[in-house]
Amino acid sequence: MRMLINVAETVVADALRGMAAAHPELVVDAENRVIVRRDAPVAQKVALVSGGGSGHEPLHGGFVGPGMLDAACPGEVFTSPVPDQMVRAAAAVDSGNGVLFIVKNYTGDVLNFQMAAELAEDEGVQVASVLVNDDVAVIDSTFTAGRRGTGATLFVEKIAGAAAEEGMPLERVEALARQVVASSRSFGVALSACTTPAKGSPTFDLPAGELELGVGIHGEPGRERRAMMTSREIADFAVDAVLEDLDPRLPVLVLVNGMGATPLLELYGFNAEVRRVLDERGVAVARTLVGNYVTSLDMAGCSVTLCQVDGELLRLWDAPVETAGLRWGR
Amino acid sequence: MSETALDAAFFVRWMTAAAAVIDREAERLTELDSPIGDADHGANMQRGFVAVAKMVETEPPATPGGVLTAAGRQLISSVGGASGPLYGTLLRRAGKALGDAPQVSAQELRSALGAGVDAVGQLGGSAPGDKTMLDALVPGVAALATSFDAAAEAAEGGALATVPILARKGRASYLGERSIGHQDPGATSSALLFSALAEVAK
Repeated sequence: MRMLINVAETVVADALRGMAAAHPELVVDAENRVIVRRDAPVAQKVALVSGGGSGHEPLHGGFVGPGMLDAACPGEVFTSPVPDQMVRAAAAVDSGNGVLFIVKNYTGDVLNFQMAAELAEDEGVQVASVLVNDDVAVIDSTFTAGRRGTGATLFVEKIAGAAAEEGMPLERVEALARQVVASSRSFGVALSACTTPAKGSPTFDLPAGELELGVGIHGEPGRERRAMMTSREIADFAVDAVLEDLDPRLPVLVLVNGMGATPLLELYGFNAEVRRVLDERGVAVARTLVGNYVTSLDMAGCSVTLCQVDGELLRLWDAPVETAGLRWGR
Repeated sequence: MSETALDAAFFVRWMTAAAAVIDREAERLTELDSPIGDADHGANMQRGFVAVAKMVETEPPATPGGVLTAAGRQLISSVGGASGPLYGTLLRRAGKALGDAPQVSAQELRSALGAGVDAVGQLGGSAPGDKTMLDALVPGVAALATSFDAAAEAAEGGALATVPILARKGRASYLGERSIGHQDPGATSSALLFSALAEVAK
């Protein structure tokens, strides 16, 4: 596997130095691994901090900026950050109005953010946490680690970010974030495994002519392997899997997300099929986003995330955002 | 079980030996983590124990409890993932249980590690049989009543016994039935800690 790297050990640090060079509007602390918007702490504003393993770019560092996150903490590739990073980030962005931790539901992220919240509170920062768990491929029960956090993280960060930017208090921003989580579900498909820099070979073996249904974003295999399907068949399967768990009475935000190695040409073609299924199922679409946002290194494949939105969530989704990975105006 | 008193230097040697065995086995841990995890357990444990080995070499704490507590803190600050908080909690809680004593007996170590293992179960919300670290830690600690060698053997046996288990916690649980047939990487690295302990006790 050929990779555009120097050595595996420095991929995260190298990427952070590159981010710093490209984005003067961010303060990138490559040593302590914290990315902070340059104007932080923003007075009178609740601050949003997220983070997770690297390898999902632009998530989370690419979503730091006005209208979205105040800080992001990148861990090693596919490994949650350590508590010290979140404590440092919280201290850097807290204006005295509190900090919301946005945490994807993986054992490692949950444990490290939980430890960080306790430490930050010891330092006098008010912290609330919201857990994102949208992936319907994982059965949610007390006997499992629960549904994984995937594409809905983008919706949570955008909508809660807009709410914070408007000056809403911590309890309100947290409640909106929870509403987005409760209203969102995702399903992912892999056409190839990904290759982590540390391992240098694919994380699982997927024979030619087959695909994995129900994959996560860490190169872990999915729940089921089948003979290769067409874009139309995958859309039917993925959207129905989502709708089995989410019965939208309201219009939905649609995220057709690339896993890293699937061209936009294919993603747009897939979005046409997703829209067809939604039309057939009588689900109205409010907004659609197509692109590589919550990736899994060089995995080929995609995920579909739906989030049903009321007027307020839609207004917050439409609000301006200025980040490296997501940017629109009024 | 011998009644030899274990001092801080013994615990420093244990942590150094643990770092060495994890370094040797890192590739295998990552291999085990590939089919049912995300292929990083070896690299993560290696990073953490390199930091621990450096810490005990440059500023060795004065007591057995101090060594384990500092090692746990170091793991929490350097590993990330679930392994960082879980292994960090194991050693920190065991270190706290040992208190300030300049020397401890093997049985005191056993009960301290027992407290650490309980804390791991609480933090991870898991129990033996879930295909996790606990499947090696619990039999390993129990067999410490006999000898360090017996503990290493029991922990290794516990790790091997995870192969037919269906994972209920951690990333392997996402695979459901497909997690069956693979040895748990966390149980495997836990067994390595006991093998390092047996090695330095010789």
